[in-house]
Order: sequence, then C-alpha cells, then structure tokens
Amino acid sequence: MGSITLKQVTKSFDDVNIIKPLDLEIKDGEFIVFVGPSGCGKSTLLRMIAGLEDTTSGNIEIDGNDATATPPAKRGLAMVFQSYALYPHMSVRNNIAFPLKRAKVPAEEIEKKIASAADILNLTDYLDRKPGQLSGGQRQRVAIGRAIVRQPSAFLFDEPLSNLDASLRVNMRLEISELHKDLATTMIYVTHDQVEAMTMADRIAVFNAGVIEQVGTPLELYQKPVNRFVAGFIGSPKMNFIDTTPTDNDPTCCLGVRPEHLSISKDMKDSIWTGKVGVIEHLGSETFLHVHVKGKGTLTVKADGECPIVYGDDVFLSAQENKIMRFDTNGIRIS
Amino acid sequence: MATTHSRTLARFMLLPSVLLLLGWMIVPLCMTLYFSFLDYNLLSPGSEEFIGFLNYEFFLTDPAFLASFFNTLLLVGGVLTITIGGGIGLAILLDQAIWGRNYVRIMVLAPFFVMPTVSALVWKNMFMNPVNGLFAHFAAWFGAAPIDFFAEIPLLSIIIIVSWQWLPFAALILLTAIQSLDREQLEAADLDGAGPFSKFIYIVLPHLSRAITAVILIETIFLLSIFAEILVTTSGGPGYESTNITYLIYTQSLLQFDVGGGSAGGIVAVIIANIVAIFLMRLIGKNLEG
Amino acid sequence: MAMNNKNKSKLIYTLLAWSISGMIFFPILWTLLTSFKTEAEAISSSPSLFMFDWTLQNYQDVLQRSPYFNHFWNSVVISLGSSLLGLLIAIPAAWSMAFVQTKRTKNLLMWMLSTKMLPPVGVLIPIYLLFRDLELLDTKLGLVVVMTLINLPIMVWMLYTYFREIPNEILEASRMDGASIGAEIFHVLLPIALPGIASTLLLNVILAWNEAFWTLILTAADAAPLTAFIASYSSPEGLFYAKLSAASTMAIVPILILGWFSQKQLVRGLSFGAVK
Repeated sequence: MGSITLKQVTKSFDDVNIIKPLDLEIKDGEFIVFVGPSGCGKSTLLRMIAGLEDTTSGNIEIDGNDATATPPAKRGLAMVFQSYALYPHMSVRNNIAFPLKRAKVPAEEIEKKIASAADILNLTDYLDRKPGQLSGGQRQRVAIGRAIVRQPSAFLFDEPLSNLDASLRVNMRLEISELHKDLATTMIYVTHDQVEAMTMADRIAVFNAGVIEQVGTPLELYQKPVNRFVAGFIGSPKMNFIDTTPTDNDPTCCLGVRPEHLSISKDMKDSIWTGKVGVIEHLGSETFLHVHVKGKGTLTVKADGECPIVYGDDVFLSAQENKIMRFDTNGIRIS
Repeated sequence: MATTHSRTLARFMLLPSVLLLLGWMIVPLCMTLYFSFLDYNLLSPGSEEFIGFLNYEFFLTDPAFLASFFNTLLLVGGVLTITIGGGIGLAILLDQAIWGRNYVRIMVLAPFFVMPTVSALVWKNMFMNPVNGLFAHFAAWFGAAPIDFFAEIPLLSIIIIVSWQWLPFAALILLTAIQSLDREQLEAADLDGAGPFSKFIYIVLPHLSRAITAVILIETIFLLSIFAEILVTTSGGPGYESTNITYLIYTQSLLQFDVGGGSAGGIVAVIIANIVAIFLMRLIGKNLEG
Repeated sequence: MAMNNKNKSKLIYTLLAWSISGMIFFPILWTLLTSFKTEAEAISSSPSLFMFDWTLQNYQDVLQRSPYFNHFWNSVVISLGSSLLGLLIAIPAAWSMAFVQTKRTKNLLMWMLSTKMLPPVGVLIPIYLLFRDLELLDTKLGLVVVMTLINLPIMVWMLYTYFREIPNEILEASRMDGASIGAEIFHVLLPIALPGIASTLLLNVILAWNEAFWTLILTAADAAPLTAFIASYSSPEGLFYAKLSAASTMAIVPILILGWFSQKQLVRGLSFGAVK
C-alpha cells in the first residue's frame, strides 16, 4: 500500500522552472533512487512528495488518492532528512515517541514500538541520551527509528548518508538495504552518489535539470543508457567520450566506451586507438591508466591490479564492438 | 519551506502584530495630521475650525521653534560626539588584557540601565547643584566659584547627563565589533611594521565603520526624543535654552493645550525623524541581506 | 623584580581602565552611598566616601512614608505585563517571518522596525486624547498596552533572529511526524528557543521599566511607575538628597542586576544586525 504516482508535476519558483512536467509511477514496496547532479530538482521533488513544498501544477497520488493538497502531517509518509533533524531537546526515546504521541497512540503501545524499533536499529542502549551525545551514525539511526515507528506507506530519504564519513557510509548503505528487505515498504531515496544508487536501488530515476532522463533498473541504465547524459552519469569511473564527425551514412557524433571495456596493450594488433600513458592510479585491486590519445583527448582505462605499464609508455587500446556506444547530435544513443 | 497551507497559516500568525502596529502608527498619525490643520485648543473644545497650513506657519516661524531646532541639533550632535569618541576609546581599552576585566565592564555598562529620571535627578542635585552638589564642593576646594549648571549652561548640562547614559551603549556595540575583528589582520600589519596608530587608522577604524554608522543612526533616532531629562531638570528653560523639539511640542500640546499647533509640530518632528530613519533602514536592509 | 613588556602594558591599561570606569560608575556608587547617609551628611561640603554614620533611616522613610511600594509594584506590573503580552503576539509573528519566508518578509520586518523610529510626539496628542476619552489615563492597563506596542518591533526582531538559528528541517520533521501547528510551536519550537525567548523577555522588561516618555505623560498618582514617581522628587522641598538616593537605589538596583545579564541581548536587540 505504498504506491505513489506523479502526474504532470511541475515546480517553479517565481519565474524559474525547476521541474518540467514530469510523470512517474512508483510501485508499492520498491526501492527507487532519485539520482542526479546538484540542482537537478531531485530533492525538490522529494519534498513535494512529502508535502513540504507545493506543486505548481500536476497531481500527486498516494495509493490512488489525490494527495496534492494534503498537508504533510496527513500523508502517511515518513522522511529522513540529510541533517537528521532530530529534536535536540528530547531524548532518543522521546524523539522516537514524538510521532506516536501526535497520533495519540496509547502509552503502552508506544513503549512497545520504541522497544522494537530500538532493537532493529541497535539503539536500546542509547534511548535515554540526547542527540547531542550521539555520533553521526547513531543519530542517523534515531532518525530512521523515528520514521519506522510511524509505519508509513513510504519512506523518503533525502541524502541521508552525505554527512557520514566514507566507511560509515558503506555500513549504513547495507543497513538501509537490509531494512528495506525486512520492512518491504516503499522507499524513495535521493542521492547525488551514483554508487549508492547502483548498489541500493530496485529502480533508478536519473534527473537532469528538472527532467527525468531515464528510469530503469541499475543494470538497464548501465547497459542501455538512453542518452549521453545517463551514460556519463552512471558507472565509475566515468565513461570515455570521443567526438567524431557524422557522415551521411552514420549520424554518430560521439562515441562512448567505459574504462572497464577498454583493453590496453603494448601490442598493436586489433587496436583502435593509440596514445601515450599519463597518470596511473594504482588501487591494488585494479589500475586506472589515463592515456593521452592524439586528437581524441584523454581516455581512462581500467586494467588489472598488476598491470606493468608505466608512465610515458606508448600503448594501444581496443574494445569489443558491441561495447562501444554511439550517440547522435542530440546525445541520444543510436546503437 | 513554503506551501499554500503554511503560507496561509503564516499570514494569520502575522495578523495581530501587523494590525496592532498599523493601528498604533497609522491611526494616531493620521489624527495628528488632521488636528494640525485645525484651530483646536483643549481649553475651548468644540470650536475647532479648519485653518489649513496656518499652524505650520506659526510653528515654523516661532522663534521658539528655531531655538528648539538648533538645540535639538546641538543635543544630538553633542551626545553623538562624546559617546562615539568615548565609545571607541572605551572599546579599545576594554579589548586589552586587563585585570578584573569583568568588573570594569560592569562599571562601564551600568549607566545605560539607570532610568532617565533617576540619572537626571542624581546629576542635577548631587553633582550639579550650585550649593550642595559635589561639583560645587570641588570648585570650593580649588577656590573657584561654583557653576550654576542649569542656569548658565543648561543645554550642555543635559548633554553631559545624556552622554553619560548612552556612552555604555556605544562602548558595548563598538566593543562587540572590535572583538569580531580578525586578529590575523593585525598580526599581518605587525609584520609589515605598522605601529599602533597606523593599525588603528587603517585596520580598526574601517572595520568599525559599519558599527559606528549603526550607533550614530540608532542613537540619533532615540536622541531626537529626549524628554525626561529636560522635564526633570530645566523644564526647557531658562527661556527656551534647553528646549528641544520634543519638549516644545509637549509644552504646546499639554501645557498650553494648543492641540492644533502641537500637532503641526508633531508632524514636523516626524518628517525630521523620517529623514534619519531612511538611512537607518537602508543599513538594516543591508544587514538583513548578509 | 623584572616586569616584562606585556605585564607592564597590562598594568598601565588596567590602571587606565579602572580609573575611567570608576569615574563612569561613580555617580551610581555615590547614590548608593548617599542613601545610607543622613540628610545633613548628604549635602555636607566636605563629603566623605565611607567614613560617615551609616543609617537605614532613609529607606524606612521612603518605604513607610511615601507610596513607594505602590509605584514599585506599578513598574513591575507594567514591565512584566507588557513583555509577556508582547511575547504572546510576537512569537507567532516571528515564527512566520523566520520559517515561512516570502518576498515580503524582509520588507515587513523593516516596516515593523520603522514604527519604533516614530517620534512619540508625532502621536502624542491623539493617544493622549484617546486615553482621556477611554478613561485609560492613569491606569496600569493603558500603560501596559502602550509599552507592548512600542516594544513589539524589538521583540519581533529579536525573536526572529533567534528563530532563524533553528534549522528549518527540525520543524519540517515535526510536520512529517504529524504535528499540528500548535504542537509544532509548543512541543518543538518553544523548548528549543527558550533561551532566546527568555533573553527577549529580559531585554524588554528592562526597556519597559526605564521608559520615560509615556510613563511620565500618561500617568498620575495611581498608575505611575517608578520613573514618574522619582520625577516627582524634582521639585526641591528642602533637604532630601539622602531620601532621593534611597528611592533611586531601590529603583535602579533590580535593573542594574538584570542589565548585567543582558549585555548580549542588548547588542542583538538594539543594534539591528550591525554587529555580531
């Protein structure tokens, strides 16, 4: 019971159009990620779903009911903010109890729900502390706990991991994904980090300047990006782009090939491009080589961790034909 | 965060204060304007008649007005000079490392919190009284004649009293401003070989300029309306020597019962204050941006 | 004893600071001391700082033989009453301006502040006549209303600055948690903003206590607060410095103490953002 439908939703601030007419169907129980560069409108859209911002036009339906004019308190959704937005003057227990008290849930039930949420999130030891006494990760969990006890139709996450350090982020990613498996509730997750998107999502919606470029599963977006923007956004390191001139037969004006699909060797056989090696990044498990190809720019190549090539070497690059993507003048993928 | 729902709510929440302040400002102001065009004296109510700008003519050509206008300028100018000059000095002094800094602050700040009628009476009786006041006693020790402050230099005496009251305000604001000065700028100047005087002129003073401007504008707004100190010491005298515009209007309206004339004066005072207020509003506007 | 440069300048500045601040504070100190002198001692031509016969007679006289306590109480009621009433009106207004910002918010705030810049003589006559006709002259109620109105802009301004320091997201979270506007303000905003609200209250009590225009003009024997009552000592009736000092000391000491705690609030409330 957590399906959300957006119909021709737009948003403008004064005369600036942030979100162009947008349609999206979010299925009950799915984990959908809104991803895109800063300022693309993904957070704004999330806030509109939450009810914290009005739509300029268009409808938002929650479980088939038009919720466009419903205030946030009545939409049955729960939100985890980027800054966690915990109530600083209340203990963890009271933070989590707050929504239940608003809903006039009887005291015994409140206790039970708090206990169970604390159990799931490992917060039982911290229930009587105040947010100021908790670490970033703990605060994150309290924010999630506060959302869980409401048993909402859907969870909204607004870049919840950006304030955590790298290792904690990896752990929390796993925890949130596990939470989703446990609760089977719809989760809408906003992030600018495409790694989070790829690892956590059932489906990803890629945003660019107020428009959804593509919606699909992570693998779909990776293997069949609909245009150059999506191709360049998904996948790390970024896809290599090489400009070409279109001919009468072939409207391609840009080639794209991912670093992991390029093979590098000192041997000229079957090669497509040749160049000189610049900076090499050794990560141990893999190596990234930046190759300066004359006339085409710098291509990034992913190679094995034990790659023996060094700075300044002359090398040859090749790739499988079906891994090379072609884009036309409008950036749409042709092949 | 803005939804129509919250915006409507916000409008309701603002309504009481907006209505009250509107009522407080517009309604009486309009009435003052209306009265200023009438020949209205409280001693003969019911015989008001419309006389156009006559009240304004009388008011502005009254020698009392001219005197009170200049007195107002002197009062404001005098207090500003003393408080800003003294305030800068005190601010720099209090910024230094000194023993018992907290106690020094208490002492410097105290005058601002003393009610104006107490200040005025204490100064008038216990310091400036030509027979029993401390200044008279000091003069006697040096064999000099005591000054009859309120008879000989009434305006200056009031300037002294009001400056004493407002000096802490200027000092506090300027001290806060000085303490927000980036120490590294001063250290860089040290390395460049600047002495304390150059550092003051080229670094401290420019940094303080915004605070000084604010103090000038804020104090001016309040100083235009100095009242209690005059009422309690000289009642504006001798003659009109220590009357400012505020006091003049008070005497006309409530002592001479000339509502029409007093109203015209009130409007004049509002216009004068508006001119200062425009500058202050611009400053506040800039602060609100930042 | 080798005194290095730093200590030497510290000593000089200390001496300078103490002498200057001592001179500034002296009138208050003198008032305090004189309140314990006899009237004869108070006007003595060889005044003494501490060496005199200390007496509490003046306090007794002022408290028992004059309606001092009545006027003290008036001051309390008027200051506290107007400040609390002001809070009631200002808190919702500040909430709107801090958390539901529109294009007009800034202008509205500046307009409110501008009403404080209106010279009181501009509205003296209508207010006086209105009070006369409504029989509000010389009433505590009348003064509470006036004090509330003249300090409302400052209260709204101060609360606005304090509210702006609270992250919007916390209030949004309460909305998502199902809180009505009342719950949002009562359970979330007020507890978090309590220090700021207390500071605003403090500053306004001080400003109202010391107000010396409307309190002098709109009151007579009944509702006069201390400002007006002390002013009535201004017609000299023989020797009375000691009693004046006792009355003054009692009138100013509470505010001196409150004032010491409200320095930061003073800067915030009366410098309109010029300094931080």
